[in-house]
Amino acid sequence: MAKVEIEVPECPEYPIIPRLKEGMMAHSKPYIAVEKFQHELGFPGELPENWQEAALDKMQDLLGKYRSFQVYLDSCVKCGACTDKCHYFLGTADPKNMPVARQDLLRKVYRRYFTLAGKYFPKLVGAVDLTKDVLDDWYSYYHQCSQCRRCSVFCPYGIDTAEISMAAREILASVGMGQKYCNEIIGKVFKIGNNLGLPEPALKDTLEGLEEDIFDETNVAVRLPLDEKGADILLITPSADFFAEPHVDGLMGYAKVFHESGVSWTISSYASEGANFGMFIGSYENMRRVAMRIRKAAEDLGVKRIMFGECGHAWRVGYSFLNTLAGPFDFLDPNYPVPQHICEFTYDLIQKDKLVFDKSENDEHVVTFHDSCNVARATRMGPKPGGQFTIPRAILKTVCNNYVDMDADTIHDATFCCGGGGGLLTDDLMEIRVKGAMPRMTALKKIVDEDKVTTLVAICAICKSQFIKTLPYYGMQMYMMHSLHQLVSSALVMQRLTEPADDSESESSDD
Amino acid sequence: MSNTIDVNGKTVETDEEGYLVDLSDWDKDVAKILADQDSLELTESHWEVIDFLRDYYEEYQIAPAVRVLTKAIGKKLGKEKGNSKYLYELFPYGPGKQACRFAGLPKPTGCI
Repeated sequence: MAKVEIEVPECPEYPIIPRLKEGMMAHSKPYIAVEKFQHELGFPGELPENWQEAALDKMQDLLGKYRSFQVYLDSCVKCGACTDKCHYFLGTADPKNMPVARQDLLRKVYRRYFTLAGKYFPKLVGAVDLTKDVLDDWYSYYHQCSQCRRCSVFCPYGIDTAEISMAAREILASVGMGQKYCNEIIGKVFKIGNNLGLPEPALKDTLEGLEEDIFDETNVAVRLPLDEKGADILLITPSADFFAEPHVDGLMGYAKVFHESGVSWTISSYASEGANFGMFIGSYENMRRVAMRIRKAAEDLGVKRIMFGECGHAWRVGYSFLNTLAGPFDFLDPNYPVPQHICEFTYDLIQKDKLVFDKSENDEHVVTFHDSCNVARATRMGPKPGGQFTIPRAILKTVCNNYVDMDADTIHDATFCCGGGGGLLTDDLMEIRVKGAMPRMTALKKIVDEDKVTTLVAICAICKSQFIKTLPYYGMQMYMMHSLHQLVSSALVMQRLTEPADDSESESSDD
Repeated sequence: MSNTIDVNGKTVETDEEGYLVDLSDWDKDVAKILADQDSLELTESHWEVIDFLRDYYEEYQIAPAVRVLTKAIGKKLGKEKGNSKYLYELFPYGPGKQACRFAGLPKPTGCI
């Protein structure tokens, strides 16, 4: 696809609530999944004749299944607290990208068919019929929400907009309007084991190549084991970690940390994916099918622990839902949480003085950390509230001398989405991705100018890929983007000086 | 939805993003026309990458990871070219996606 010409929004000097531009992004919509991709996920291949009935049946089904969904639809009082909190609204000025307005696209249909007032006096309560135009509006605007939940932080009622976007997408998929990017990818996970469609021989070849690279660089034989039965830890990481930069530098970092810890670990070719796009499309069944692969891999390999690499929504699914989706995990070692995050693991080793660092190796960097939405607002790390904010920063400050935070209103649980989350990281949505990145880019640019920040760190594959693409639009270098464990890796001084061996030398677990 | 390109009088089908629907339709002229859509002229340096991608795909049924690619290019053409900066100079829209399209391979998908 040729480069898209996009009018890049200016980064304002101070926060500006834009003047509304009605219909500004009405043209934006991702490619629809073709029949083949729809069928693999159990959805119809095209819009059925009775689509309206089918869509309303699906809505009824969801209202029955998820009490929260109905509460969110009923409880909005239109106070407006969310209106200027969405990065897509700030970047596009399209009023339908105000979270309340985006939700209302669905809410007004809910009112028409599921509330007494809406059934008899639709005009009085802003209820509308479900027409094809309304459905098309859903398709457009529910793919301009990255389900990042920043608006929910500011909602006095705690309405979770992401759940409404997810429900809308599920209804759309159930009437043949699934999204190509997400659904093709989920199909690949079912067939091959990961989003990329990276088959086992290619994965093996890639991991062996990384072992060579680490050896060339450090003269230490660090392994990246694949399908090793009896390993202590099963690492579940986004397949982008095998494929893209700087993701892969993070993966090599995990490998070096595992090596130094002495604990045995493995990747699974069957569950070689941390990402779970079932969540993005709101499909519990598909989310569960993806999650069950992790359970099966853990059982087949006989591991004691499950650990997630740097992937934002994987950690949300892992931390918040894994046990109900695929548990109970009573076959794992009860001394460890299920699952754990690689940052928790590294941080724990740092606390126990088990890793040696030469921070000066990272002196070329002035570092800042981007809180990824799903990690920040849907999970924790470690035993204390807020660990998901403090632990990654504590690791960075252990391995780097120069660290600067972005503006306090744009980090921690008020973090701005990268602009590419929630299933929007696809070329056909480049315009909304670039525009939606504006608030994050503004905060970043400020510290690049004022504090000479050189390096942006994230612990999410989507954030990393999104920033690589969007940084240049805002006059910054794509090479600013780093994985957290990439910086861990550069500062780590290897103490276990293993030689390339005929057999594996991994042994006892850590404590 | 699909699109077509005309290659020496032959009609070749692509998907909506410009990737070949039938990978066996590929030949060097197809690559040139796909590159032309992005206003790129393929030089010897581009072909070196495209040839490697096709060989790797033949063996593994997937495009190589960026690092596998940079390493292979580095080994063949010297260390200074074995990095993603060099590849981005050749394929500004990203060596993974743009080069795969010219090489007639499927689009790599995922969080990349």
